[in-house]
Amino acid sequence: MKRLRTTSERNKLVQSIGFTGLSLAALITVIPIVLVVAYIFWQGSPAISWEFISGFPREGMRAGGILPAIVGTFWLTLGTGIIAVPLGIGAAIYLAEYAPDTNWTRAIRIAIINLAGIPSVVYGLFGLGLFVLFLQFGTSIVAGSLTLAIMTLPIIISTTEEALRAVPNSFRVVSISLGGSKWQTIRRVVLPQALPGILTGVILGLERAAGETAPILFTVAAFFLPRLPTSILDATMALPYHLFVISTQVPGMPIQIQYGTAVVLLTFVLGMNSVAAVIRSRARARRQW
Amino acid sequence: MSSTEVHTASSSALEINNKIFIEGLSVGYSDGTESLRDVSLVVPDHAITVLFGPAGGGKSTLLRTMNRLNDLADVVRLSGHVWLDGIDILDPSIDVISLRRRVGIVFTQPVVLPMTIRQNLTYGLELAGERSRNRLEEAVEQSLRAAALWEEVSDRLDDPAVALSGGQQQRLCLARVLALEPEVILLDEPTSGLDPISTGKVEASLQELKEHYTFVLVPHSIQQAARTADYAAFILDGQIIEYAPGKQIFTHPQDQRTEDYVEGRFG
Repeated sequence: MKRLRTTSERNKLVQSIGFTGLSLAALITVIPIVLVVAYIFWQGSPAISWEFISGFPREGMRAGGILPAIVGTFWLTLGTGIIAVPLGIGAAIYLAEYAPDTNWTRAIRIAIINLAGIPSVVYGLFGLGLFVLFLQFGTSIVAGSLTLAIMTLPIIISTTEEALRAVPNSFRVVSISLGGSKWQTIRRVVLPQALPGILTGVILGLERAAGETAPILFTVAAFFLPRLPTSILDATMALPYHLFVISTQVPGMPIQIQYGTAVVLLTFVLGMNSVAAVIRSRARARRQW
Repeated sequence: MSSTEVHTASSSALEINNKIFIEGLSVGYSDGTESLRDVSLVVPDHAITVLFGPAGGGKSTLLRTMNRLNDLADVVRLSGHVWLDGIDILDPSIDVISLRRRVGIVFTQPVVLPMTIRQNLTYGLELAGERSRNRLEEAVEQSLRAAALWEEVSDRLDDPAVALSGGQQQRLCLARVLALEPEVILLDEPTSGLDPISTGKVEASLQELKEHYTFVLVPHSIQQAARTADYAAFILDGQIIEYAPGKQIFTHPQDQRTEDYVEGRFG
């Protein structure tokens, strides 16, 4: 009887240590995020003005606005989406719904996982070699978008595949038993149910593309180009690279402008994140399974 | 019991049309289990044929072979013939999709598609290319009436189907199959999750509908088997032990194993 009591006491102690440790871990992960966002907004918001967002850089980027970088990042994100979204969703549908479990498809999956682990600067060099030089796109929006798209694909493919696999198999069996073909089943039952998950993955992927510096470094980003791009073969300024440039390459840079640029980039990325969160929670409320 | 004996036994009583004729069917799964061994069976038209026996005996496999739904499972060995109106549906070259429109199935768990009640009912028809609003509307009402569900849902056809109770969902699943106007309907323990009242409604629907359809039912209890069977096959370990008109098999079983099972001595 005595031993049993000590065991249960020990269990209680272990439980409370575990609980404290886990909640501390959760708290510690939140602190830096809150600090980073709060600090950047605190430092940067005084720089935000209509001129800053809609104007062109002046005096060697030490004054004026960052419109070309905003527009550049917008086009790059859009271009990345146009390339990576259909390709990634298509690949995921193949892998989740059609691919038999063979060595070949297992190899494809491993390749995708590895693709996600490649450092982004390597993507940048690859883009420089293939798109800029070999295919002669030059440093251009199309070369940058292609490079970012390759980097984004594994994120879109794996989240889409996961969303498709989460749709209960019984829906597929029912649809097929009612005379549905495989594709009809996917298009009319599986995809609509997986759509919120897919959209979340797409947004998270594009958000990553919008914030990356290394892949665009050699493929599209202009150091200083105080005009808006006129075609997809044009180079452009972009927010992450601009931030890097004004933080490290330009002497006598007012710190406010640096933080102001960071605020704009962060707002862009966090805004996309919030859209993803809203889609996810709405879908969860509506889900019928 | 061989199929020829069954054939003479049934045709002596009545003029019976055989809708499905299964001949020497064996099915094995990839994990090495042999689900069915040399099974032969006739399924008469416009009647309820019940497949009963202990769990794991191969009843569901037999059922799902009749509309090739086993294609989705990892069947590695398949031999024999399943004739539907004289056409071997196991022939790889047949059009499986139109087969499944002719041979519908209702599953153990009612799985309503994540859509409205109306969309659940029109789903199969729309896939088959039906575009006429009128005909779809007609099918919705007729199939709901046939499944004894119309009174309960006619005023909320555009609500999500998942909002229905379990019993209503299962009748919706039956209605969804009826909307396709199949010739054969396979029922895999369709009432196992239902309360006695809902079960009664489903069974009453079947009795009414059987003059238009051919039913193959895996019952969820021996009592249901006895209540509903026009013909019944006792399946044990992948083999048909006995096959006879329902009245006979549940009152005077010929095989000792059937008798033991019917009287509740095992299973």
